[in-house]
Amino acid sequence: MVDITPADAVPPAEVAEMELYHPHSWWTKYVFSQDAKVIAIQYSATATAIGLVALVLSWLMRLQLGFPGTFDFISPEAYYQFITMHGMIMVIYLLTALFLGGFGNYLIPLMVGARDMVFPYVNMLSYWIYLLAVLVLASSFFAPGGPTGAGWTLYPPQAIMTGTPGGQDWGIILMLVSLILFIIGFTMGGLNYVVTVLQARTRGMTLMRLPLTVWGIFTATVMALLAFPALFVACVMMLFDRALGTSFFMPAIVEMGEQLQHGGGSPILFQHLFWFFGHPEVYIVALPAFGIVSDLISTHARKNIFGYRMMVWAIVGIGALSFVVWAHHMYVSGMHPYFGFFFATTTLIIAVPTAIKVYNWVLTLWRGDIHLTVPMLFALAFIVTFVNGGLTGLFLGNVVVDVPLSDTMFVVAHFHMVMGVAPILVIFGAIYHWYPKVTGRMLNEAMGQFHFWVTFLGAYLIFFPMHYIGLMGVPRRYHELTATTVMTESAHDLNAFISIMAFLVGFAQIVFLFNLIWSIRHGREAGGNPWRATTLEWQTPETPPAHGNFGKELPIVYRWAYDYSVPGAKEDFIPQNMPGAFGSSREPA
Amino acid sequence: MAVALVLVLVVVGSVLFHFLSPWWWTPIASNWDYIDNTIIITFWITGVVFAAVVLFMAYCVFRFRHREGNQAAYEPENKRLEWWLTIVTAIGVTAMLVPGLFVWNQFVSVPSDATVVEVVGQQWQWSFRLPGKDGKLGTSDTRNVSPENPLGVNASDANGQDDVVVEAADLHLPVGKPVKMLLRSIDVLHDFYVPEFRAKMDMIPGSVTYFWFTPTKTGTFQVLCAELCGQGHPLMNGVVMVDTQEDYLAWLGEQQTFAQLSAPQQVGSAE
Repeated sequence: MVDITPADAVPPAEVAEMELYHPHSWWTKYVFSQDAKVIAIQYSATATAIGLVALVLSWLMRLQLGFPGTFDFISPEAYYQFITMHGMIMVIYLLTALFLGGFGNYLIPLMVGARDMVFPYVNMLSYWIYLLAVLVLASSFFAPGGPTGAGWTLYPPQAIMTGTPGGQDWGIILMLVSLILFIIGFTMGGLNYVVTVLQARTRGMTLMRLPLTVWGIFTATVMALLAFPALFVACVMMLFDRALGTSFFMPAIVEMGEQLQHGGGSPILFQHLFWFFGHPEVYIVALPAFGIVSDLISTHARKNIFGYRMMVWAIVGIGALSFVVWAHHMYVSGMHPYFGFFFATTTLIIAVPTAIKVYNWVLTLWRGDIHLTVPMLFALAFIVTFVNGGLTGLFLGNVVVDVPLSDTMFVVAHFHMVMGVAPILVIFGAIYHWYPKVTGRMLNEAMGQFHFWVTFLGAYLIFFPMHYIGLMGVPRRYHELTATTVMTESAHDLNAFISIMAFLVGFAQIVFLFNLIWSIRHGREAGGNPWRATTLEWQTPETPPAHGNFGKELPIVYRWAYDYSVPGAKEDFIPQNMPGAFGSSREPA
Repeated sequence: MAVALVLVLVVVGSVLFHFLSPWWWTPIASNWDYIDNTIIITFWITGVVFAAVVLFMAYCVFRFRHREGNQAAYEPENKRLEWWLTIVTAIGVTAMLVPGLFVWNQFVSVPSDATVVEVVGQQWQWSFRLPGKDGKLGTSDTRNVSPENPLGVNASDANGQDDVVVEAADLHLPVGKPVKMLLRSIDVLHDFYVPEFRAKMDMIPGSVTYFWFTPTKTGTFQVLCAELCGQGHPLMNGVVMVDTQEDYLAWLGEQQTFAQLSAPQQVGSAE
C-alpha cells in the first residue's frame, strides 16, 4: 500500500516536443509516414487484406473436407497449397503483424506517453519491408507451379521435392524469401517497440504502472526478437538446399526410383529450428492478446485488474518458459524418446502461470460492474475459447497422450481454438474498443452484436466437435477422408456441418469489414474517452491523436492504470495523468 | 442475462456432446489401454476446470451486470487467494503429468522378448522386412536402393540374406506377441499409424526410429500415413492383419527372402 504522490511533489513537465519528422506533403503524411499511428493502420490494413485471402482459402478447404468429390477444381495439389498458405498467412502475416505491427505501433507510444516510436524512420522501413514480404508471398499464387503445398511447417525433405506442389517450382523459394523479408522487417519494428517501452516512457510511468497491453506486446516483441532468428537461419539453409544443392536438411534420398544428389543432412534439425521459433510464436500471438484482454475486462467491468503484479510476472514467466518447451511439437518426430520426459514436464509447468492469468480475469469480473459492451462480449468469449483450447493443450503436452492424438484433427481443433479463435476474438474486441480513438466514431452496435454472436458461437461449433473427429483417429492434412476406415458415415455429416458453420462465420467477417468502413462516416461521435478509461491514450487533447500524440506537454503519470471504482472517488475511474489523491486508492507496488 | 444463459448453455452443450455424441475413439486393439486411461483422467480434470471457470463467469455476468447505481469492489490483490489457486492448479497438473510420464516410460522401454519388424516408407507405399531364421535384420542404406533392391538391403551382409521382404503388400502380425516396429524411410518423412494400436511414430530418411506394441485382437486394420509426405499423402494406405499364430506362420511361409528376390533371373527367364 502506497499513498498517492501528491501533484506538487512532481516537478513540472518541461518536455519539449521531441524532434519529429512532420509530414510536408500528402505522400509523407499518408504513405511514407513516420507517424507510428499511420504505420499501425498501414500494417493493420495490409494484414487484413492478406488475411481475407486466408479466409477464402479456409472456405475452399472446408468445401473439400465437408463435401469431398463435389468440387473438381480442388485437386490434392490445390488443397495442400490452400492449407499451407492459409496457415502461414494466419500465423505470421496476419496475427503476428497485426498484434505487433498494428496494435504495437498504435498503442505503445500512446500508452507509455511518448510522442512516437524512438526510431520513426526505421519504423516506416519496417512496414514497407513487411508489405514487400506480403507481395512476394502473394505472387506465389501466380508463379509457375503455384504456391508451396508443404504444409505451413515446411518440413524438409518433402518441402523441396517434386512430390510436393511448388517443391521444385517457384512456390517454396518465394515462401522462404518472403519469410526472410518478413523477419528483416519485423526486426526493425521490434527493436523500436522494445526501445520505446524501455526508454521513452513519460515521467511517472514506471514499469509497474504500464497497462498490461504494453506488457503483453513488449514481452512478445522481446520473444520474437529471440525466436525469429531460428526461423531465419532455417529458411536460409533450406533455400541453399533447394537452390544451391547443399544438404543441410537433406539425407541420402531415393525419389521415385532415382538417387538424389543430396546426402548427410538432417531433416530433424529443421524441425528443431522451426519449433524453437514456432513455439514462442504461439505466445508471441497469445501474450499481446492476454495483455489487451486484461485491459478490456478491467475497463468494461469498471474494476481494477485482479492481481496486477502476478499478471505481469505470469506474462514474463510464460515468455521465458516458452523457450524450453518447443520439442512438445515433436514427440512423435523420432527424436530421442527421453526428451519426452523433459519437454512434457516443462510444458505442463507452463500451464500454471497460464491458469493464474485465467483466474485473475474471472476474478476481475467478480464483484465488478459489468458493462456488456461489444468489446466486453469478445473478452468473455476469449476466456471461454482460450480455456477450452488451453485445456486441450494439456492432452497434447502430456507426451504419451499426444501419441495417439498427434497429427490428427484433434491437433487442428486445439491450435485453432487456442491460437486462432481466441486471439482473433481479442483482436475484434480491441478493434471495437480502440476504433473510437482511431477514427473519433463508434462502430455500429447492432452490426457488432451480430458479428459477435455469429463469430463466437459459430467458431465454437466448428472447433469443439472437431476434437472428437481427431479422437476417432482421423488424420489432419488429408485431402480425401473417404478412404479412411476410422471416418464413419456420421462423422462425414459432422464434417459437412462444420463446413457450413465455417461459411457462416466467414460471412460475419464481411459484415464486420463493412461496419469498419461504414462507421468512419456514419458512426456515432465518440468523444475523447467514450469508455471512461484510465490509460493515457484516452487522455489525448485531440481524437484522433495528432502527430506527436499529446499536444504541447507530455502527460505526467501519477498512478497505475487500474484505478476504477476507487471508494470515495467522485467518478468510477481516475486517469493515470490525474494529479492528486482520490479516495482510498491502493496501487500495488 | 442472455449472455449468462449462453455461457451456461456452452457448458451444458459441451458436456452433453461429450457423453452423448457417437464420435469417440475407435476401439483399441493393442496393449496401450494405459494411454486411453490417461486420456480419460485428462478429460475429467480438464472438463471439471472448463465447466467451473465458464459457470463462474456466467454467475459473475448475471450477478454483477451493470445496473444503475452499481459500483464495483476495489480489491487490487489477494495474496492468499492467489497462492491457494496456484497450489490447486499445480496439484491438478501433477495429477495428469505423473501417470503420463509413467506410461511414457513403458512406451519407450521395449520388452526384451519383442520381435522386430522393419517398416519402410516411400512415396506413397509401405513395405516391410522381417528377420529370417537367424533372428537378425541385415544392415541397409538408402544408397543401396535400386529396382532389384527396393528396400536398400546391404547385399554383402550375411544377416540380410534370409530377411523376409514384403514389398508394397499387407503385413501380418501374430496376436499377443510384443513387436518392435523399426521405422525407416527412403525419401521423405512418413508416419506409420494404425489408429486401433494408438501408437505412432515418424520415420525420417537417414535414421531408424521405433515404437513397440502388442496386438491384442485378430483382424484387419488400416495403416495410415500421419506425417505430410507430398500430394499422395492421404492415399498412402496399407493393411496390417493380426493373425492367430497358425495363420501367421502360414503367411510367413509364403513370403520370399531377400536372397530369393535378388536372384530375379530365375523368375524372370521363365516367361
